[in-house]
Amino acid sequence: MTGQLPMLIVVIPLISAFLCPLIGLWRKDACYYWLILALSACAVGSIDTLVTVIYGGTIHYHLGGWAPPFGIEYVVDHLNGMMLVIISVISLAVAIYSKRSIEEELPEKVVYFYTAFLLQVTGFLGIVITGDLFNLYVFLEIASLAGYALIAIGEDGAPLASFRYIVMGTIGACFYLLGVGYIYVSTGSLNMADVHQILPQLYRSKVIITAVSFLLAGLAVKMALFPVHVWLPDAYTKAPSAASALIAPLMTKISLYVMIRLLFTVFKPSLSIELLPVADIMVWAGVIAILGGAIMALAQTDFKRMLCYIVVAEVGYIVGGVGLANATAMKGAILHILNDAVMTVGLFTVAGIVVYKTGRHDLSDCKDLFKKMPFTMAAFVVVALSIIGVPPTCGFFSKWYLIHGAVIAKHWAFLAALLLSSLISVILFFRIIEIGYAFRPSHGWHSGGGHAAAIDEAPLSMLIPTIAIAIAIILIGLYNQTILSNIIAPAVPVL
Amino acid sequence: MFDFIVSYYNYWVFIGLMMVGFYAMMAKRNLIKKIIGMNIFQSAIIFFYISTSVKKGGVTVPILEHGHAAHAADGLEHGAHAVDIMQYANPLPHVLMLTAIVVMVATLGVALAVAIMIYRRYNTLEEDEIIKLLRRG
Repeated sequence: MTGQLPMLIVVIPLISAFLCPLIGLWRKDACYYWLILALSACAVGSIDTLVTVIYGGTIHYHLGGWAPPFGIEYVVDHLNGMMLVIISVISLAVAIYSKRSIEEELPEKVVYFYTAFLLQVTGFLGIVITGDLFNLYVFLEIASLAGYALIAIGEDGAPLASFRYIVMGTIGACFYLLGVGYIYVSTGSLNMADVHQILPQLYRSKVIITAVSFLLAGLAVKMALFPVHVWLPDAYTKAPSAASALIAPLMTKISLYVMIRLLFTVFKPSLSIELLPVADIMVWAGVIAILGGAIMALAQTDFKRMLCYIVVAEVGYIVGGVGLANATAMKGAILHILNDAVMTVGLFTVAGIVVYKTGRHDLSDCKDLFKKMPFTMAAFVVVALSIIGVPPTCGFFSKWYLIHGAVIAKHWAFLAALLLSSLISVILFFRIIEIGYAFRPSHGWHSGGGHAAAIDEAPLSMLIPTIAIAIAIILIGLYNQTILSNIIAPAVPVL
Repeated sequence: MFDFIVSYYNYWVFIGLMMVGFYAMMAKRNLIKKIIGMNIFQSAIIFFYISTSVKKGGVTVPILEHGHAAHAADGLEHGAHAVDIMQYANPLPHVLMLTAIVVMVATLGVALAVAIMIYRRYNTLEEDEIIKLLRRG
């Protein structure tokens, strides 16, 4: 049974997704508990897999007993073991959180929302666990298609945002598929480890250069790297709160994981660092993304939209960190994938509570919230401090390694971008805290009116996951050395 | 130069189709035209994969002539070795593309469903008109 665990992690949410509408026929409210049950099983399985990997090394699972490179192989090492736990635990937290918010926003579509939710998680887990390039494409599209559906059922304007995401996302996925095609043509294999063995003799060929360009361009669209991020703010702002809390932290991080996997497992690090200028381009792309995201965030008056631009900036941190190509920066980048996933889900759950209570998500709606929902806003402050990078929250440590890596690589522009964006985050979050405390009471009290009285603390099913995330941020910060030495240090590729 | 173009004509067709689709997705303002462009773009990639597996001159389908009948008399086991790889087109890209076609049909379905949703809400499929309606509130 435990030998089949890598497969079960993907199969459980997939089968549950198809059973979900059937259960919905019987009783609508049972779907919620079904979702929690399936995702709990997934989370337990992922944690168990990660522990097995830490103590026993990489797991190879051959689907149907076919040995690679002929069959599809699932590989779990430290890096994707960590990703599996991130995905399953965060999706479980969002699932618990989603109950009230979905009942409020989409009362008739609960069943289908949870079906798409489960398919989305299936896609995420599949992308991360697979060791096959083409299988990864299929899972990427499963995750994206479920994401399009989840975003399209949002508020006014969501269908158009979703449509634009479909167009952009399809271009990204097709570029990825084309890159895989070039690799297949030149190596005759799709298994990542096998391609890794065969490719080095071909590194100088133009086909491989084309393949690298197409793969990275495709993934850049999927991860919303700055110039091609245009689909992200609209889509995540207008999606239902539970959907944006699920997709915003995970989709971008998973594309970043795929990028790391391609650059260091499928290709040898020497390809992207010495033979092609990929690493240099990535650092500069990171600098542009950090500055662009931070400055655009500053210009927003919409709460959720501001958070979306913070996500864009955070993608730049990780892309730049990987591009610096030294062990310290890589450590920082991988730790930042974990931290940023937790921080982003924290931000979007708080935004969801604000939407649930006020019905809108403008910055001005945060008025007086510190008085009305103290626990939610306390969690928000923890997340905000972590994004700014204040110890002992987890955001500090990954930023520290990134900055240290930038100093080792002597890349001062990246260092400056990191520090500048931290300063901008200070402005961003203190602006919200100022509005939240309503230091200008004359403005706050009168315009609030009768509606303001209805706003109080969030319901427990929303509050508990949010506070759990805030506690997790502090715990990850405190135990960062344990995480680094047990999980991330073995995951850092040898450069 | 001319030989280069002629001998790789399948790839030129693929590039041409891909650019037509790309142009339609980027430049057209009508959502259905964008979807059609998306489909052309995806089909171009299918053509690319399929044309990489082609072999010219007397090739056949592997299941038709995999040698059971021809070698049964020689007493060879199962004739497993009797498949000559030079005799058949590589089946793997075809199988991959079957999966890719399924994925693309699903994408097309989702895109059309979202287009229907947009039409029901705004009564138009022109992107600029929808944006105008959204701005008005």
